[in-house]
Amino acid sequence: MGQYHQPDEQGHFGPYGGRFVAETLVPALEELQDAYREALEDPAFLAEFHGELRQFVGRPNPLYHAARVSRDLGGAQIYLKREDLNHTGAHKINNAVGQALLARRMGKRRLIAETGAGQHGVATATVATRYGMECVVYMGEEDVRRQSSNVYRMRLLGAEVEVVTGGTRTLKDALNEALRDWVTHVDNTFYVIGTVAGPHPYPEMVRNFHRVIGEEARAQCLEQTGRLPDICVACVGGGSNAMGLFYPFIDEPSVRLVGVEAGGLGLGTGKHAAPLCTGRPGVLHGNRTYLMEDPDGQILATHSISAGLDYPGVGPEHAYLKDTGRAEYVVATDEEAMEAFHRLSRVEGIIPALESSHALACAFRLAPQMRSDQTILVSLSGRGDKDIHTVAAREGITL
Amino acid sequence: MSRLPGLFRTLREAGRTALVPFVTAGDPSFQGTVPLLHALVSAGADAIELGVPFSDPMADGPVIQRASERALGRGATLRQVLAWVQEFREKNRHTPIILMGYLNPVEAMGAERFAEAAATAGVDGVILVDLTPEESAHEVQMLHRFHLDPIFLLAPTSSPARVATVKRLGSGFVYYVSLRGITGAEQQDWDEVARRTARLRQELEMPVAVGFGIRDAATAGYLAAAGCDAVVIGSALVDRLAGARDDREAQEVAMEFLLPFSDVLSRHMGKRT
Ligand SMILES: Cc1ncc(COP(=O)(O)O)c(C=O)c1O
Repeated sequence: MGQYHQPDEQGHFGPYGGRFVAETLVPALEELQDAYREALEDPAFLAEFHGELRQFVGRPNPLYHAARVSRDLGGAQIYLKREDLNHTGAHKINNAVGQALLARRMGKRRLIAETGAGQHGVATATVATRYGMECVVYMGEEDVRRQSSNVYRMRLLGAEVEVVTGGTRTLKDALNEALRDWVTHVDNTFYVIGTVAGPHPYPEMVRNFHRVIGEEARAQCLEQTGRLPDICVACVGGGSNAMGLFYPFIDEPSVRLVGVEAGGLGLGTGKHAAPLCTGRPGVLHGNRTYLMEDPDGQILATHSISAGLDYPGVGPEHAYLKDTGRAEYVVATDEEAMEAFHRLSRVEGIIPALESSHALACAFRLAPQMRSDQTILVSLSGRGDKDIHTVAAREGITL
Repeated sequence: MSRLPGLFRTLREAGRTALVPFVTAGDPSFQGTVPLLHALVSAGADAIELGVPFSDPMADGPVIQRASERALGRGATLRQVLAWVQEFREKNRHTPIILMGYLNPVEAMGAERFAEAAATAGVDGVILVDLTPEESAHEVQMLHRFHLDPIFLLAPTSSPARVATVKRLGSGFVYYVSLRGITGAEQQDWDEVARRTARLRQELEMPVAVGFGIRDAATAGYLAAAGCDAVVIGSALVDRLAGARDDREAQEVAMEFLLPFSDVLSRHMGKRT
């Protein structure tokens, strides 16, 4: 890697990131940071991590040329990084494996996690079982309703799912509750944060556990097309699949990086989850970043058809990439995501997660404006099985 | 100018531990907030911690979370909280008020504007739960510029290095979070809290208040005997207030609940080490 070196020692990405937590958690974060640094210098840890990614997760996953959909669009070639083919069906497992191995190294026997779509909860429940640990997953009541199959999956895997009824009953409140649990059980508990947010060192650590997405995709793209992609596109909830994809391309100025936030019912309606496109900097969940907030600094309720994007904040590194202009951030609405969901299902035989459908919608918008020898690399962050109830309900069908 | 140094000087001379009730601004009612503050003083409060409601109170237990949600539902804002303090000051010039909340509403207002407005309203100290000392340079500078005390939290888990940082940056007093948990949780080992507080008082050369989980007068008395400079009564009080049917009843509930604390602290007067 060339010039890009973020964050600094205290976890700052320019003015963003850092560590904003109650005092009780500071020593736990310091302990985590030390353990993480040590692990990074231990070849055995990295060998085990990559071994698990191969044997348990199923990496490397393919970079798939979506030739039919590209032909239909009549422009750039679209390549899909198939994170949906990972064990448990999303990119989230990369990070869950990394953090669980770290937890084991630190002697912590209890994993806790927050989850929105349930994919990170399922991934954490899975690795907890894999490594013989206890697991508690916090999930907002609203998300429990719309992602019920994932709730059942977590319970099948032996995890306890705690339904969060405070606040807006979605991901942000699940995060608050997980932080409260951690404060209370800080001695034996490891908090597996599911995205590139939270206090230092989480944004950096989670990005690094996911950078394998971009590293593989980069090599595969070079191998298959002979050059780097013109554009990388990923959906942005907290921003972990996007950071994983973007990171190995940051020092390649020819590669455009485009993050897609949830446009919900449209930016004009206020019912969306697009802090980078509409918000302003503030402090939430341990870091400084762009937030959706009212003029008094209260965090706003968000809306997205996809539970995994329904979050009023975003990882601090994205805030930095936005301000520096290195990445661009746009939105796709619920409607556009639905169209992309159907299109990929019908044309390529791949049912994408609603989160990933936002990235696809953006790629489908960009491709026709480009030449057929150009490439767009899309993070297909997860598979859509978990979303079929939502999609069916929207179409008036009860399963 | 902060009233806190004066308060703790007076108390030290009298050998008395301060009674510091916590209430969430805007709860149990919007209109009743200022009368409730006066009632707390009548019940023996030496200083008041006034909670600034926030949508995502990650260090608070269910009792204060719900109080915060109710207050926000009634339209409480940081600006409104400052207006309440100003109104309280029309009748009370001596009881210190410490705002306790989270950073984001302050950041939304701007730290400088906030500090100036808080000083004008008659606030004395500010606790921002998620503002770690490491990240606090700007806020501390602004608070000091307007003669307000930045008050930091220390926890059972805090290392000696962090104690030193808080000693350097904080003023007024230090808030010792007496348990590994959120506000309102159960605390068992008060002996350990007492020992730790005594040590901190020496190390910090600053008054130490103990809070999180104090529910009864006996515990307050024990902590007073062990030398704590102040005891903060939060969730136990807020929980009782939530059940009040109207403002008058809330004031009565507060009086009734706090008087035994006030009594026990008076009985320990002069016995403090
Ligand atoms: C499939 C999928 N993609 C994306 C996301 C959004 O998370 P992030 O922005 O951290 O990648 C989620 C979150 O649940 C998800 O399940």
